Amino acid sequence: MNKNDAFKQEVREWLSKNCPPSLCEKGASRGAGLSTRYLKGDSRLWLERMGEKGWTAPMWPKEYGGGGLSFAENLIFRKEIKRINAPQALSGMGLSMIGPTLLELGTEEQKQRHIPKIVTGEVNWCQGYSEPNAGSDLANVQTKAEDKGDHYLINGSKIWTSGAMNADWMFCLVRTDNSVQKQKGISFVLFPMTDPGVTRKPIKLISGNSLFCQVFFDNVIAEKRDLVGKVNDGWTVGKRLLQFERSSIGSSRIGIGSAVKSGLVDLAKKYRANEAGEIEDPLLRAQIVRHEMNSLAFMDTTQRIAEEAKAGKGLGFATSVMKYYASEMTKKKSELMVSILGPNGLGREGDEFSKEELAISERWLSDKAFTIAGGSSEVQLNIIAKRILQLPEAQGNK
Amino acid sequence: MAFTLNEEQQLLSDSAKDFFTKNMPISQLRELRDDNVESGYTESHWKQMVDLGWAGIIIPEAYGGLDFSYLGLGVVLEEAGRTLAASPLFSTCVLGGSALSLAGNEQQKEEFLPQIVSGELLLAMALEESANHCPENTRTLASKTASGYKISGEKCFVLDANIADKFVVVTRTSAEPGSDTGVTLFLVDAQSPGISIVKRQMVDSRNACNMTFSDVEVPASAVLGEVDKGLKILHEILNIGQICIASEMLGSMQEAFERTVEYIKTRIQFDVPLGSFQVLQHRSAQMYVEIEICKSVVMSALSCLDEGKTSAEIARHASLAKAKVAETFNLVSNEAIQMYGGIGMTDEEEIGFFLKRARVTEHTLGDIRYHENRFSNLLGF
Ligand SMILES: Cc1cc2nc3c(=O)[nH]c(=O)nc-3n(C[C@H](O)[C@H](O)[C@H](O)COP(=O)(O)OP(=O)(O)OC[C@H]3O[C@@H](n4cnc5c(N)ncnc54)[C@H](O)[C@@H]3O)c2cc1C
Repeated sequence: MNKNDAFKQEVREWLSKNCPPSLCEKGASRGAGLSTRYLKGDSRLWLERMGEKGWTAPMWPKEYGGGGLSFAENLIFRKEIKRINAPQALSGMGLSMIGPTLLELGTEEQKQRHIPKIVTGEVNWCQGYSEPNAGSDLANVQTKAEDKGDHYLINGSKIWTSGAMNADWMFCLVRTDNSVQKQKGISFVLFPMTDPGVTRKPIKLISGNSLFCQVFFDNVIAEKRDLVGKVNDGWTVGKRLLQFERSSIGSSRIGIGSAVKSGLVDLAKKYRANEAGEIEDPLLRAQIVRHEMNSLAFMDTTQRIAEEAKAGKGLGFATSVMKYYASEMTKKKSELMVSILGPNGLGREGDEFSKEELAISERWLSDKAFTIAGGSSEVQLNIIAKRILQLPEAQGNK
Repeated sequence: MAFTLNEEQQLLSDSAKDFFTKNMPISQLRELRDDNVESGYTESHWKQMVDLGWAGIIIPEAYGGLDFSYLGLGVVLEEAGRTLAASPLFSTCVLGGSALSLAGNEQQKEEFLPQIVSGELLLAMALEESANHCPENTRTLASKTASGYKISGEKCFVLDANIADKFVVVTRTSAEPGSDTGVTLFLVDAQSPGISIVKRQMVDSRNACNMTFSDVEVPASAVLGEVDKGLKILHEILNIGQICIASEMLGSMQEAFERTVEYIKTRIQFDVPLGSFQVLQHRSAQMYVEIEICKSVVMSALSCLDEGKTSAEIARHASLAKAKVAETFNLVSNEAIQMYGGIGMTDEEEIGFFLKRARVTEHTLGDIRYHENRFSNLLGF
């Protein structure tokens, strides 16, 4: 038996002992946990076991609690997970954003203190970037951090902070120098949301959900050892984190997969079929085909970019290409779903609509966020124009 | 699936780029057009390409070819596309060569494949009969005679018919047009009595002809593949053609795009470069994204061929590649003219050549609608 087969065997055995079968059933909830605290029963057990093994973050180094798997082992591991239809055990900004950033740019002490708790799902993170006057123009952040010797004192407010209600810690862009060019006076700090100076006010979204908050800071303390990167060099750290964020948005929506699998065809057959059960409208067929072609083309592209990166000839800023394409495609897909369902896809609540119908209208509204959050589509196009095509600085962007 | 070039393929790509930019820039195509050169290509350049081995890139070594891979052929075509180089490479090697390799019997392969490799034999595929690409609808009739077959019918948009020594002719030997049997391929000598060829002056200044077959007598040995059962292999040949033309188009669109971006960086209006206007930046960035997507679908289609995937899978990739690439080439060539402004409308500026080529290639071997339709059929809806 070669090394890979042996590893496959090991994964298989471990999963059969440790993955609760109830989670793998058809129709079981697919949502990944954000933290052990909010999970009960089998989901909690699953996260605890995976976290202990380090397989919530399979490729992170073992010394910080990660799985330490190689590229090849990770592929095998993911295949095995898929084979038994096991849900993702953990998700969140710890895994997708601050974790990779700290691994690359954090101090040894920061890695030791923060990474293991991300892996086990003990600590749930939120992102304090946007402010009322710093959205696309993120470098305009005004939340102030004053140097008080062994700590920073933070005052101001963040907005659109996803998951802030349930978060334990925040990674945050703060202003440490007001006298220089805006990008040069920003620092990147970490602090616990349990600080008594933190107030969270939920914001209700067009979908009716309330996934994010405005967060207010009144003399909140961030320890000096939780400054990531150098003081006033937070913009560099912050931008690197955005690349991780974009690639996670770019890749999480690839699940869109083929239209056949993702249900566009089934939906069209259910709501728009003729007597013979066929999708009769050629224009609708064409719309579905185009979506299908684009999603396959996109999957080919993620694969190509991954291969190029592995071969060391990848283009930087590929994340902008992927984020732009994936988020636009996602939005178009949910538009198409609603248009297939017609009025049935536009329900707000109540038993007159099926669960599926309500989920589609909810998704249509919430998917609008993809082209806004994480750097809007327009911002991605700006980045491509400037960094890749090297076009001159745009008139208003100076 | 291979999404990056290996070292050999990279070298081939570099030398193709070098060859086409030095020897066959767009000014060559302009000369061929302005001098009304009947053959539509320059023999000395073709000879050089043959000497470089490119006529045999996908032909098996046993028949004198390089058997180098479709990804390899793809990079040569892509570079040819960048300079809009006119040569027999596509008709002779891609369409004709694949027809012989896939459908030919041992004797036909032994006789003709080495002649393709050595550049002695030029081929053309006589397929289309109307604006509607639909091989199933073939009406050109091949009826049995005492000694062989007699072919009668009309063909149109036959690429390179005016220079070919032999034609691969798609005919109907039984069943009704529209059915999926009864199609037979023949290898027909260009000198056969009863063939007439009229070259059509296309906007892209490349060779495309109308053909008439009136009682053209061919021996039974001229059949390529099996009688009545040619459709399946024909589609396999066409898949290769579609993927290869998409590679060429990919090169052309990248060149048109790069020229446009360069142009808006240098053209000054309102005291600033045009490229500093965000509306043009965003449209450029959107084209860039689409081109990146096209690179991936072309590479994955080429490697499907190299990896010998099933014909259904190859067909799906061929349609995906041809449709996406045609759509994007149309977009890029239209935007190019718009962003160049008045100068883009002049014959003197080369950018217009890309626009014209874009449309002709869109309609080569199935347009966007055809491929979207086929794609949905292949997926079963
Ligand atoms: C669901 C959701 C979750 C979010 N979660 C978080 C979070 O957890 N943490 C966090 O910090 N932030 C979060 N955000 C905020 C998000 O990052 C911002 O909304 C985003 O950066 C855009 O900023 P803005 O909303 O202020 O819009 P604005 O910047 O005011 O933009 C409005 C419009 O103008 C366009 N525009 C702006 N500048 C330009 C330009 N230079 N050129 C062309 N067009 C331009 C934009 O593209 C957009 O279409 C979230 C947002 C959403 C919708």
